[in-house]
Amino acid sequence: MSTDRSRLSNLAWSLGPLLGLVVVSLIFGAIEYQVATDEGREPQFFTPQSVQVVLNHASLIGVAALGMTLIIIAGGIDLSAGTAIALTATVTAWIYREGFDGMADWRDTSPMLAAVTLSVLAISGGILTGCLCGFVNGGLISLLRLVPFIVTLGTMTAFQGIGRTISGETPVRAYGKVPGAVASLQKPYPDPEWMLVSPGVWIMLILAVAVALALRYTVFGRHVFAIGSNESTARLCGINVVRTRILVYTFAGAFVGVAGLYQFTVLGGEGDPVSGLGLELKVIAAVVIGGGSLNGGRGSILGTLSGACIITVIQHGCVLIGVPDHYQDILIGLIIIAAVTIDQLRIRLQAS
Amino acid sequence: MPSLLGMSGIGKRFGATQALDDVSFELDAGRVMALIGENGAGKSTLMKVLSGACPADSGSMHVIGTPYRPIGPSSARDAGIAMIYQELNLAPDLSVEDNIMLGQEDQRWGLLSRGHQRPRVRQVLDRLGHPELRPDTPVGQLSVAAQQLVEIARALIGQARVIVFDEPTSSLAGQDVRRLFEVIRRLREDGIGVVYISHFLEEVRELCDDFTVLRDGQVAGTGILEGTAETEIVSMMVGRKVEELFPTVPHTAGDPVLHLDGLTGRATPRDIDLVLHRGEILGIAGLVGAGRTEMLRCLFGLDPIVSGTVRVGGIIRRPLPETMIRSGLALVSEDRKDEGLAQDRSLADNITYSHLSPYTRLGLLNLGRRRHAVVQCMQDLEIKAVSPEQSVAELSGGNQQKVALARVLHQDADVLLLDEPTRGIDVGTKAEVYRLIGEQAAAGKAVLFVSSYTPELLAVCDRVAVLARGQLQDIRPASEWTEESLINCAIGSDGAAA
Repeated sequence: MSTDRSRLSNLAWSLGPLLGLVVVSLIFGAIEYQVATDEGREPQFFTPQSVQVVLNHASLIGVAALGMTLIIIAGGIDLSAGTAIALTATVTAWIYREGFDGMADWRDTSPMLAAVTLSVLAISGGILTGCLCGFVNGGLISLLRLVPFIVTLGTMTAFQGIGRTISGETPVRAYGKVPGAVASLQKPYPDPEWMLVSPGVWIMLILAVAVALALRYTVFGRHVFAIGSNESTARLCGINVVRTRILVYTFAGAFVGVAGLYQFTVLGGEGDPVSGLGLELKVIAAVVIGGGSLNGGRGSILGTLSGACIITVIQHGCVLIGVPDHYQDILIGLIIIAAVTIDQLRIRLQAS
Repeated sequence: MPSLLGMSGIGKRFGATQALDDVSFELDAGRVMALIGENGAGKSTLMKVLSGACPADSGSMHVIGTPYRPIGPSSARDAGIAMIYQELNLAPDLSVEDNIMLGQEDQRWGLLSRGHQRPRVRQVLDRLGHPELRPDTPVGQLSVAAQQLVEIARALIGQARVIVFDEPTSSLAGQDVRRLFEVIRRLREDGIGVVYISHFLEEVRELCDDFTVLRDGQVAGTGILEGTAETEIVSMMVGRKVEELFPTVPHTAGDPVLHLDGLTGRATPRDIDLVLHRGEILGIAGLVGAGRTEMLRCLFGLDPIVSGTVRVGGIIRRPLPETMIRSGLALVSEDRKDEGLAQDRSLADNITYSHLSPYTRLGLLNLGRRRHAVVQCMQDLEIKAVSPEQSVAELSGGNQQKVALARVLHQDADVLLLDEPTRGIDVGTKAEVYRLIGEQAAAGKAVLFVSSYTPELLAVCDRVAVLARGQLQDIRPASEWTEESLINCAIGSDGAAA
């Protein structure tokens, strides 16, 4: 029955990041309880509102991290994700701003149809921009045979430049031009109360399930793991490595586009091309805390989402306790190192 | 008087494999001891234990009577034990002197004192006597033979009393081998104990005094070389009678299936014309660097073709792995670890990567059906693994090789390109692989069998072709070759005279 045991231990390890999330939450919950009772107020950490806020904040990083998980499993990295998120947000904002003014007549005759059309254009415009960014990354890596780190380091700066070109040095503002349904995408407390969490969180969860299933049950998913685990083997087995890699980056770009839409609504209908710098590190951190290996071949969607939540739980917990910003950074940094250390221990343990 | 170096009762286990089991030997000063054994017999592991690179599970070691318990490469050096590995450990951009003194520099307050160290280096280099060896030359500019001497010089500067050579001649030309042997004999005269790892018996006989044979991690025999018959050593190495080594399955050649017309790659191969028939096993012999692997890679589309064509079933195919796999070719890589298998993926993935279509509908995989097929494959090839989900890295070398072969069989290819398919696996598994190859030929498949192990080529193949410097030298039925004529042809010089 060693089969069952090895499966069981695999399952246990894959739940590791989730377990980490529980532990981190308990620690912050306990500290916050202590602090709150000392100050004579109600503890807030373990409340529905708290969960709503954490999930809501996690969804922006989380949705981009879904794509980053694909990239990292395939043995790549995308440093341009942050500025690409800002670029797609800028494009969405630009389409809303320009389209709203351009549709002035139409809005008078059939306001509903105009709003829907404009939103479809703006959202798909943002997502396609994300795809294009990913396609460029994947294409450059494959065709120029450069390491992903260098290519995306370059495009990281380039995407910000393109965004600033579009925006013309000031953030693109589309206040009041965005329909309520889109604008409330990232409101932590959703309008119909039965939704429990914001629409953005639901969208992230649906996409997460889709990606997880795709990784396990599609040929594409197998190929992603294959090229990340050993590119030479993949080539030997007749897998089209170039096509698979470009697809991976392009798909990841779509998730960057969705994250861009979130960013746009979080800023209240604004696209700021310089708002994304640094975001890519949080996205990568989420994947790594979730068990993704930067050597490729390993990573999981459940782990990545747990990773994203761990990061936001720390941020949220620190705010509630009243710990200054900079300590959060230190904590998150330590968590990243701890996660990778535990992962290395696991590999050594399994090898012996 | 205690011996110079003793290892006793050494045991080491990696996962499911017992790499070393109760291994003991003694080495005296001024003797050269051959450590003989097939690939995978445990020679390298034993030397890793000696060097401190990997700790033993059990057993003890001593150097001139004092216990020796290495905790890393530095303790080996402190005990006077030096290792010369096949892959040399040199910094190519540093000079000969800097490489020799690396980690043992003459220094005062952290400053190099070149004035001190230069004469010491010169003295050692003179002792080795090689025209290329000057202290200031960057090591990267030296020949492999001279680089090897730099490593020996490093050992001598470090006051080594025991020097271990791990297959030192595998990348040397004939004249350099002579020179190396001279150096080793001089070391012996100076009272240094030498462990010489090899599987070339002729070399061992020429150079060594004593021998220890390892097989499957155990000592299979030990003694003085003089007066021991070669067949005796061979049977110690393989542990069985020679007839059982090469099982054959009757098969007959049919229609041609693969044509190479003037196949030329970047450096090698050069202008190769070859025809392979169904039901035929065609062996490819040659030295390292003769272009055998490159020929397979070119024709499979892994390396670029400069000119020439590959025809499968009479039709010229685009040299891309995807196309070749679709036209019925399959390749087993010589490099199981870095190319052949995705080590951290499961058996199931590795076996089916090249042929997922039977379990696919609209891009979706039926994992249950695939598992069923993989279990069948594992039974057919007697692959010892916990489950299809187990990662390949956890398997023994022999079982990993079976997984690589299972992929090719699972593909149901018409033409099997096998590059060193028996490298690094034990004798029993080798016999299984030979039988498997025979069965494939009997089923009408064509097999291209590249190997550096001449006896298996002669025993298993119908015809054997010889490559040298990228070109096809000769191709004859296996019965018309002898080991000697094959090697002479591969060397390419004495062939005409023989």
